[in-house]
Amino acid sequence: MAKQEVTRLLSTEHLVKTYIMGDIQVHALRGIDLSINTGEFIAIMGASGSGKTTFMNLLGCLDKPTTGSYILDDIAVHDMSEIELANIRNQKIGYVFQSFYLLPRTTALENVELPLLYCKKCSLHDRHEKARHALSIVGIADRAKHFPNQLSGGQQQRVAIARAIVNDPAFILADEPTGNLDTRTSIEVMAVLQQLHKQGKTIIMVTHENDIAQYTDRLITFRDGRIISDKPNPNPRIAAEDLKNLPNLDEED
Amino acid sequence: MSIFGIIRIALKSLTRNKTRTFLTMLGIIIGVAAVITMLAIGQGAKKIVEDQVNSMGTNVIMVTTNFMQSSSNVRQAAGGGNLLEVADVEAIRDNVDGVLYASPVYNTWGQLKFEGSNWRTGIMGVDADYFFIRDMRASQGELFNASEVEMGAKVCLIGKTVADNLFGDIDPVDKIIRIRNIPFTVKGVLEAKGQNVMGMDQDDTVIAPYTTVYTRLLGQRWRNMMVLVSAKSKDAIQLVQQDVLDLLQSRHRGTTSEAFSVRTQTELADTANSVSNTLTILLASIAGISLLVGGIGIMNIMLVSVTERIKEIGIRMAVGAGKRDVLLQFIIEAVAISIIGGILGILLGFGAAKVVGDIMKWSVDVTPWSVVLSVGFSMAIGIFFGWYPASKAANLNLIDALRYE
Repeated sequence: MAKQEVTRLLSTEHLVKTYIMGDIQVHALRGIDLSINTGEFIAIMGASGSGKTTFMNLLGCLDKPTTGSYILDDIAVHDMSEIELANIRNQKIGYVFQSFYLLPRTTALENVELPLLYCKKCSLHDRHEKARHALSIVGIADRAKHFPNQLSGGQQQRVAIARAIVNDPAFILADEPTGNLDTRTSIEVMAVLQQLHKQGKTIIMVTHENDIAQYTDRLITFRDGRIISDKPNPNPRIAAEDLKNLPNLDEED
Repeated sequence: MSIFGIIRIALKSLTRNKTRTFLTMLGIIIGVAAVITMLAIGQGAKKIVEDQVNSMGTNVIMVTTNFMQSSSNVRQAAGGGNLLEVADVEAIRDNVDGVLYASPVYNTWGQLKFEGSNWRTGIMGVDADYFFIRDMRASQGELFNASEVEMGAKVCLIGKTVADNLFGDIDPVDKIIRIRNIPFTVKGVLEAKGQNVMGMDQDDTVIAPYTTVYTRLLGQRWRNMMVLVSAKSKDAIQLVQQDVLDLLQSRHRGTTSEAFSVRTQTELADTANSVSNTLTILLASIAGISLLVGGIGIMNIMLVSVTERIKEIGIRMAVGAGKRDVLLQFIIEAVAISIIGGILGILLGFGAAKVVGDIMKWSVDVTPWSVVLSVGFSMAIGIFFGWYPASKAANLNLIDALRYE
């Protein structure tokens, strides 16, 4: 597995997020200390309301912490302006969402190109190639000209993954990537993620499904805004092998 | 990200929903087309008025009395001595500096007959100078001269409308027509002049020596006369106007300056121009309102579009679009709609102006400034009405936008 060298990718210290809803303060995160190294494949688990989604929003720079620090690639992200955060999201983070979040009436290729369009340093002329390359990595280069409504759920999620990796981000942040998929497609998507992980990508995945989490190397569990367990998964399951053992439903039908 | 990139994104999302884009554009298209057509019609009307004023002649001054005589020859104001006489015309011609020509003008109506056909029209009794004042020429035959006026010859010139109606294909020159049963020899046909400022056909007329008209058609008691004077130059008009008034007052004792009206062609032109300007402004403001409504249409659609695309905005922001990028995208979308709509509107406006011009037989002018005005206006509308929806989009909370269902 990709554990050649250990470099710190990101670390959080006493990360606190408090929402104020009228008179009530909701403590979504009560101080998270965590550090993640380059090349890890992590599952963040927890029941709903445990704070895992809030934590993911903070890691993804979609939201700012109330207090605490968040250092990503030696950059103090927690006190950046919104413009700088937009840049960080574009350069450092690739998102995979539960419901794919592809732009409608937009081809797969154009969806994958989207981060490149908002990239300040990237030149636009090689964006088609980059996007095509990303699509071929996730194995759906032949669907480049299809619109999202012409793709199956698994294919849509692959397009989303291609979009996440097209800018070669520091890490991939996947929020319940299999939540909207059936078992077989879920494992297919996990196989894609594991393949990316093998190629050296860092992946942080939020999930509440224990068997999906078993495909990762490290399991972090949240409860009531705190980390209650953080342990390595020494024998992760191999999605590619599970796929072989799975009965092919389509052929049986 | 570069502005070109955002323009590309904006145009792309417009093409993604062609029907909506076109319907939004329609308001601007119609608005701009209306402004251009209306301004073109206004300009055309103005040009026609100018032509008509010029067709009156050059540097013309019209002298009338403010006393009207009814058709039953009963004067409505006391003092017959106040009315203009032929002697006044001679006095004006001889005594006022800067006067080139002066002619009395008697107006009456009569039935014309030639063989089987007849025609009712206005008859003018004038001096030979009249043709020079009004810059009239004969297209067939010739004009009558001063000696014929002096002799009271029974000759006349007829306008094109009269010639067409009375003679048809026959050459009218040297034919004898009867005006109220008195025979007149047609000396010629006048060059066509078209409508005058009041919209009357200037070719529907018969012109005869004033002496003949006065004695044969009107009778001694007729006093209603107008004098037409032409000044040597444009600069002389004002002076001549005052001198004529002074002269008339001194010739007719006991009259005030209100007794005579001395109007110049310029005054008439000004009045006509202000009428046509008012018309242009009226038309343009109606058209402007439709442009404004078109702009509100853009804002409407853009607002709906923001709501409809909240999730898209969230996705764009998640992959790195800043507030500025989203703001620009939506503004550019609005501006693109209004500019493209503006261009289509200009083309439509040109077409409509041409059609209107053909139908109304007007020279309908599309002026460059009306094009500049409407394009500038539609662009301003795009920015103005695009700003609010755009800033609404840009200020969306990222997480709320992403989770929006």
